[in-house]
Amino acid sequence: MRSVRAVSLQWVLFICLIVILIGTMPLFVKPYTIVSITSILMYITLAVSWSMFCAPTGYISLATATFFGVGIYSSAVLAPVLPLPMVVVFGGLLSFLLGLLVGVISLRLAGFYFAIFTFGLSELVRNSVLWWEHNITITVGRYIPLVNSLIVYYSMIGIVLMTILVSYIIKHSKVGLALESIGECEDAAASIGINVTALRITFFAISCFFMGMAGAIMATKWTYIDPNSAFNPVLSFTPVLMSLFGGVGQIYGPLLGASILTFISEILLSKFPYHYALIYGIIFIVVIIFLPEGLVGWVKRWRKGHR
Amino acid sequence: MRILEGEKVTIHFGGLAALQNVDFHLNQGEVVGLIGPNGAGKTTLLNLISGFLAPTSGVIKFRGEKISGLKRHQICRRGIARTFQSVKLFSNMTVPMNVLLGSLFGKARDIGRLDPEQEAMEVLKFVGLSEKKDILAKDLTLTDQKRLELARALATMPELLLLDEVMAGLNPAEVIVAIRLIKEISGKGITILMVEHVMRAIMSISDRIIVLHHGEKIAEGAPQEIIRDKKVIESYLGTDVYAKS
Repeated sequence: MRSVRAVSLQWVLFICLIVILIGTMPLFVKPYTIVSITSILMYITLAVSWSMFCAPTGYISLATATFFGVGIYSSAVLAPVLPLPMVVVFGGLLSFLLGLLVGVISLRLAGFYFAIFTFGLSELVRNSVLWWEHNITITVGRYIPLVNSLIVYYSMIGIVLMTILVSYIIKHSKVGLALESIGECEDAAASIGINVTALRITFFAISCFFMGMAGAIMATKWTYIDPNSAFNPVLSFTPVLMSLFGGVGQIYGPLLGASILTFISEILLSKFPYHYALIYGIIFIVVIIFLPEGLVGWVKRWRKGHR
Repeated sequence: MRILEGEKVTIHFGGLAALQNVDFHLNQGEVVGLIGPNGAGKTTLLNLISGFLAPTSGVIKFRGEKISGLKRHQICRRGIARTFQSVKLFSNMTVPMNVLLGSLFGKARDIGRLDPEQEAMEVLKFVGLSEKKDILAKDLTLTDQKRLELARALATMPELLLLDEVMAGLNPAEVIVAIRLIKEISGKGITILMVEHVMRAIMSISDRIIVLHHGEKIAEGAPQEIIRDKKVIESYLGTDVYAKS
């Protein structure tokens, strides 16, 4: 049975190698490639943090854009007055607090209702900020001081590593089992002494923390943001698609899904700017039909076949 | 000694009183059967004790302390475990994992115990499921699923066990095995409150029987008294197969 197992040496070496490779990348690739990889790292953070809570519990959140956007807006407000690391942490904390609030409000909702609620909420936040800017501040959008793209790149690496590490620790601990049991049967989980309410609220908020940090650092790359770009509803769906594409059983599922789909979409966008969305959609449909358990499921079946 | 006590327990669903001023108690180590026609409020009473429902009025006390109003997980950690009328398992988890979760999170964890995994295995052995190591809960037969649910409840190390129709759907041979199992659990000193329709089981296991009808307690006493009770015969036992079996 499970506990926090020692990761095997090969894996540690493999992970170190990848980290070193990504870390030294700026030395031998074009600056544009660094920007692309930064966006891959951002999507990995969103997909992995989304899966951290939503995969085991089965609560499908469609509010990723909101928590990401909260990070972006805290960056817009705080970047001029605070040092960057504090801005990023604040972005995460604000998302965490909003996550707690959303968790408390949505306690009685399950299944589809939770998904629709979170999506409705993210639209509410976007429109509220829009209204605020139209009527109270009378200026739509904000400028954010530009940060060197290498600093953004290395910060994103740090955030990704942190997200994966926390996700790994949760998955391989007692609490990860409890989250899974909530996904299996909430009543049964409560009946054996699991504090379903507290776990739901806390771990939903923790997953929001990473989304907020990612938003705060990415904002500095865009220099100008407005509510429609900061709370872009598409970003609520992409992490779900990426996670499903990769497969949600393992942490490397959403990680692979995010990397591959972001890579594909970057290529499509530059090669087929007019048919990009169409091709992207077709690829996704084909994958869902032929690999219902995502890439992870496919790898597992392939391994079984070769044993 | 009274381990569980209910005073004037009442619960309304909308305008309907599902339970009305029910007084009851369980003595330490006792096996008490809870019977009555469908809709009498038996499962509702179990839900009230285990915190799945909160009473509209009245108080439930466990070991002298008020537990009505506590959350479900808090009640479990005080030492009350339950099973469900329609089995509720962690279907996509293995058999041992279901039980392990019970021993990881139940009451047991508060009393600095040894090894949850080992305890889970012991409970599995006790109910006779130790062979089913790699099987998912959903792939078990109904009988085994009921056993697994019982094992998971036991793994939380309860002092009081609430059983909701564990024998429903079992064939006569399986009922005999189940009766033996419940007697063994009782032999460990665990107090049991069981809702059951299989009269043969209720009669042979219970020290005492409580009869509910339309949300009220209409009788209480030793099995032999209950089967002769006029009110009980009229409302529940009747003269049909139940009384004979």
